[in-house]
Amino acid sequence: MAILLIYIIVFISAFYVVHLVTKMMTAQKDYTSLKTVTFGDESAVRPNRPASIISVLAIFMIWGAFTGSKLMPFHAPGPFIGETSFTYTAMNAAGETDDAQVIVTVYDIQSGKTPQKMKIDPGTGFAKNDTANIVAWRSGLIKVQRNDTGSKEDGYKVIAIDGQEISPSSEVFIDDARVYMTAKGTLSYTPEKGWQMQPIWLPSPEAVWSRLVIVASEGYKTFSLAEHLGWSLLRVVVGFLLGALIGIPLGYAMGLSGWFRGWFDPIVEFMRPVPPLALIPLVIIWFGIGEEGKIILLFLASLWIMTISARAGVSGVKISKIHAAYSLGASKRQIMRLVIVPNSLPEIFTGARVSMGVCWGTVVAAELVAAQKGAGMMIINASKFQMTDLVIMGIVLIGVIGYSIDILMRIAENYLVPWKGK
Amino acid sequence: MKGLSIENISMRFDLKDGKSIQALKDISLEIEEGQIITVLGPSGCGKTTLLNIIAGFLAPTEGQVVLNDQTVIGPGAERGMVFQQGALFEWMNVRSNVAFGPRMKGMPKAEQNEKVQHLLEVVGLRDFEDKAVYELSGGMQQRVALARCLANDPDVILMDEPLGALDALTREKMQGLVLKLWKETGKTIMLITHSVEEAVLLGERLLVLAPRPGRILKEYKLPYAEMGSGMDLREVKKSEGYIETRDEILSIIWEMEEEIMGRVENN
Repeated sequence: MAILLIYIIVFISAFYVVHLVTKMMTAQKDYTSLKTVTFGDESAVRPNRPASIISVLAIFMIWGAFTGSKLMPFHAPGPFIGETSFTYTAMNAAGETDDAQVIVTVYDIQSGKTPQKMKIDPGTGFAKNDTANIVAWRSGLIKVQRNDTGSKEDGYKVIAIDGQEISPSSEVFIDDARVYMTAKGTLSYTPEKGWQMQPIWLPSPEAVWSRLVIVASEGYKTFSLAEHLGWSLLRVVVGFLLGALIGIPLGYAMGLSGWFRGWFDPIVEFMRPVPPLALIPLVIIWFGIGEEGKIILLFLASLWIMTISARAGVSGVKISKIHAAYSLGASKRQIMRLVIVPNSLPEIFTGARVSMGVCWGTVVAAELVAAQKGAGMMIINASKFQMTDLVIMGIVLIGVIGYSIDILMRIAENYLVPWKGK
Repeated sequence: MKGLSIENISMRFDLKDGKSIQALKDISLEIEEGQIITVLGPSGCGKTTLLNIIAGFLAPTEGQVVLNDQTVIGPGAERGMVFQQGALFEWMNVRSNVAFGPRMKGMPKAEQNEKVQHLLEVVGLRDFEDKAVYELSGGMQQRVALARCLANDPDVILMDEPLGALDALTREKMQGLVLKLWKETGKTIMLITHSVEEAVLLGERLLVLAPRPGRILKEYKLPYAEMGSGMDLREVKKSEGYIETRDEILSIIWEMEEEIMGRVENN
């Protein structure tokens, strides 16, 4: 919640700052800036570049600030780490009271170093001084009475922490920690957690980066990073190509022949709304968890999309174009090759873009379920070992690849069907 | 016999509710080779249906179309079509569009190019061969459409409101071009239009069709096309009798449109 609040504050303040700065720096005089009606005029809405840059920076800064990143000059308050102490007051069976000190060492378990047990002077009186080691972000029981004289007698109890009274099932807040007394009278010590995220929830950006460097050089689970990502991509490409190979001719047939349309319409219309993820169980039952099953799943994911887009491409041809071609002496075959196919290309490209996106999503999901290699397998496996940095790295890579695929498709589209939308 | 003859054509569509619509009734027409004839009529009178029958896209329920002693049974290269905008092939450049017909005939590449160059020159689009058609303005696109049709050297050119989507100024220029092409090539041209002025200016013969059932209401023989091929169209419009003829036809069309509107309102 605090993070969301900060994000909103950054959003709003950046908005005002950027607007103030742009107002001071340049008086825009272009056509759009002179429009008096801009609300509802979509053409007047252009992405604000500084906003995009600040948006990306804000995410990384909040990420860094709340994970104790070394890249960030300022941080949200982190968990307490180091040595601290508190005093407890105990009352023995005779009703006498005595104070003793507890030295607590809070350490970061991620650093891999466990502090050594300290030897301390037990002190005078029946309550003896103690030491304890507690892991940051966690809590630990401290049995302070254990070494006290007379602690086994009935009526011996801890009555105050740092001068604050405490009783079973209640808690007190002291410097750097919260102390809770269990129903049986043992102290549970929770050091101050701060506002930062534990690495197991969200690792810092540099941890993700260094994990990327490690996985890129050493690989993960017997396969290199390139192999994991490459296999996912290969499955997508093969599945998509198979889908296109069958789907496009099928779509053409449905667009050109009443028999084909009648025959396949119920099948296509039924299969289209079935999400490919819902087919995973069946595909696993039928084809197992190997490559075959995954490629068939992706084939099915792209097949219906490609069929429908090819059909729409054929149906979308203007009848006057067909008539014109006939009047110019074209045969059916020539009309197919020179009019219908090129006319349907823009639609097919749109379908291919959608299909590639769906396939990429489906392959990751399929690998989450069962695979020996692949981007999805990598992150699900890492999550089982609580390697959150690897999980986040995988998600980022999956996003980057998905986005790159779409950009490549768009470039190909501009190059191959420049008349689209003209 | 040379020429296009339309013999007792009737066209009836059966509707799903058992009724039928008589789109055309008993239309007969003889068009000699080299004539330019314009067809005018209120919306829904069957102009386009008639053109589609001549082009061979539709089979009439009765009657037949005969071109140079050959009965029309389907579309063919000897009857060229020029449509309203949008019938060019966007995936081809101007050259490939114009060369489409010759290419279908298997004409050698060099000959095709020569022909394209010549025709683009004729329609005033020299040096535009390598342009994409979607880069051209509406008027230029229609020039390409005319060149594409001419490239096939058809006996008859059928035009379905070819200038309908153009602005007034471009339209006027294109009307001049149509007349020029008609004179230079000597082709038989049949042109459908919504514009009375265009029909009067371009038609050596002008047919007024009436709706329900579609039939020929009146035929005019006009001198303006002949005049227009030799002088500016603006001058033609000032010539004797032009305004009277135009207004007379305009009022016939008006009357029919009113009648149709009345029928719609009564329903």
